[in-house]
Amino acid sequence: MDLILSAFEILMRWDVALALLAGSVGGVLIGAIPGVGPAVAIAILLPATFSMDPIVGLTVLLGIYGSSMYGGAIPAILINTPGTAVNALTTYDGYPMTARGEPRRALSLAYSASFYGGVFSVVCLILFAPLLAKVAPLFGSREIFLAALLGIILVVVAHRGQALIAGALAAFGIFIQTIGLEPVKYSQRYTFDQDFLGSGINLIVVVLGLFALSQAFVLLMDEDEKVHITKLRGGMFQGMRELSRHPRIATVSASFGVLMGMIPGVGEFTAQFMSYTYAQKTSKRPQDFGNGSSEGLIAAETANNAVPAAAMVPLLALGIPGEALTAMMLSVFYVHNVVPGPALFQNRMDFVVALYLALLILNVLVLIFLLMATKSLIKVVKIPNRFLGVCILTLSFVGVYSLRNSATDCVMAAAFGMIGYILKRLSLPAVPIILGVVLGGIMEVKLRAGMARVKEPLDFIDRPVSFILFLIIVIVLVAHTIRVLKDRKERKEAEWQTKTSSTNFGGLMLRRKSSFLKGRGKQVRARHSKLLRRLTDLF
Amino acid sequence: MPSEREHRFVGPRRGQLVFALTFVVIALLLLSQITGQTRWVEKTKFVAQPRFWPAVGLGGMLLMGGLHLYLLPWRRVSRYDMHEVRNWGKVLEYVLWFMVYVLAVPLLGYLPVTLAFVPALSWRMGYRGRLMMGLSLGFAVLTVVLFKSLLGVKIPGGAIYEYLPGALRSFFILYL
Repeated sequence: MDLILSAFEILMRWDVALALLAGSVGGVLIGAIPGVGPAVAIAILLPATFSMDPIVGLTVLLGIYGSSMYGGAIPAILINTPGTAVNALTTYDGYPMTARGEPRRALSLAYSASFYGGVFSVVCLILFAPLLAKVAPLFGSREIFLAALLGIILVVVAHRGQALIAGALAAFGIFIQTIGLEPVKYSQRYTFDQDFLGSGINLIVVVLGLFALSQAFVLLMDEDEKVHITKLRGGMFQGMRELSRHPRIATVSASFGVLMGMIPGVGEFTAQFMSYTYAQKTSKRPQDFGNGSSEGLIAAETANNAVPAAAMVPLLALGIPGEALTAMMLSVFYVHNVVPGPALFQNRMDFVVALYLALLILNVLVLIFLLMATKSLIKVVKIPNRFLGVCILTLSFVGVYSLRNSATDCVMAAAFGMIGYILKRLSLPAVPIILGVVLGGIMEVKLRAGMARVKEPLDFIDRPVSFILFLIIVIVLVAHTIRVLKDRKERKEAEWQTKTSSTNFGGLMLRRKSSFLKGRGKQVRARHSKLLRRLTDLF
Repeated sequence: MPSEREHRFVGPRRGQLVFALTFVVIALLLLSQITGQTRWVEKTKFVAQPRFWPAVGLGGMLLMGGLHLYLLPWRRVSRYDMHEVRNWGKVLEYVLWFMVYVLAVPLLGYLPVTLAFVPALSWRMGYRGRLMMGLSLGFAVLTVVLFKSLLGVKIPGGAIYEYLPGALRSFFILYL
């Protein structure tokens, strides 16, 4: 109780209240505009938050992260275009509801489900915080290294069918963070005697290029779409009542969100996929899923909103971000010399709980805002794409230039913007690069520190936590290999089944040539001819 | 008809081969420079060598990028690939717009350049009506006021502000 009171004390400030308000309203707006996700907004706002107190800056960013998915549901339901990437599953059941004339029911259900997911995860984590505080100190350098390695591996294998290139991009991220002056032996690495590379490539430059500038380029090169918005009819509060009829689905989905959110590199998509599948399998009307099922909508929205609070756990407890947004938030901590990790959980527990409470208040604010202002909010969906591109390009300048007032940074950000644009065009992921940069840096430091006391390689995993982490890494890699082999087998089978050309007899004989010439083949043929002779002798 | 391999490939075909090839070539070139660009320090553990992590990064890029290239279902650059490369080149126009904006701000000041940049780029994108021009001007003012005047982010005053009279000069340098 004392903890919660002292956490409230941290939050009782006018600037925190303002940050909460700005974060929640801004996040909803950003989420509601298709084409501007929370990653773009957070990347642009990062340098602006450096001058604020850590709690204020983090509240704004966390606000945008937590509330953008609420906003993202609006275009997903009304115009079948997800506002943020994680709202894609919302379109499955949200848009059919709009098509049959129930947009308000869909919206209110999505808000209620999101609210439930958000609040459930925060409450869970506040309750678990003391337990986490006990577990976190068990993580030393080796364990943090292994956890970061696990994070990178999970992010790579999560890209099904693209694991190799995702791995290559993560390695690219690891390489980027090594450029510049090496801090222990004071040697230059890959600077090519250029002064501007001496201090390395800043994470924010990479993030702004890959997320904000690349998105601006995509929008500027795109065509404007005509948007038709359905008028809203019906009450906004019916969603709460409907949600209360499906407590099991909501709770299970939120739990999936919390669990998946805590695992680095897994996140919203897996949580949504699992909860949606669960809801469909246990539903009395599974045929409705994808055609405007309220249970499907609840599963998708509850799961994705339970993730943000949980995603803060590896960041705060271990200093390891699990995905791009928390990776960006890590830089806010570093700027203020607050090093997230086990020590933060031990010494500044009130700070951690204050962050969670801020997220809780935020959910309430967002719900109130949405229930009152949805009607006027849906107009932002109409902002034309290319104009949005102009706006993002203008705002990206603030982000990059205010960092060090350096034009070289801007050139580098523009180069990363082009890389991001190419990756988007090719449907390749940019997130592994960011995680490579952040986790690569952590791994370098922690491996050096961890190996200092290790004599033999096996000593590295002689502690329980490190052994468990090592075991998980092995299991993940084995599972991934099995999946790749299974996919390969399926592909071979499908290739054989869809083969349209007739089998070439000469080719068949040629392939059997070695078998004909082998001793075993001779034996078999001799046996066959003997049997044939016996058969012909009968007649 | 696309083969099963092409069918199961995640993402569009155009540009994949060019990208994978360029990626591997760059990784190879960078890796070939590793002895000159990094140092090997005597009496230091292998994992603590300054060369270790660049080698891990570049090795990973080369190995996984090379495998990705090897497993691509295409071996020849088609004309659609070249179309795609030309599309990547078209982005350079907006990069140029961005760089002009970046270079003009320290000379002419944040507010004046933003007031010119946003409407000019909107005009270029085809928004020439009064409403959109007004919106772009409004957006420009709002951006400057929000970030520089209110949030106080570090953007230097323009060199041109030096010619303004006393009090106005410091106001402009600080807030606009």
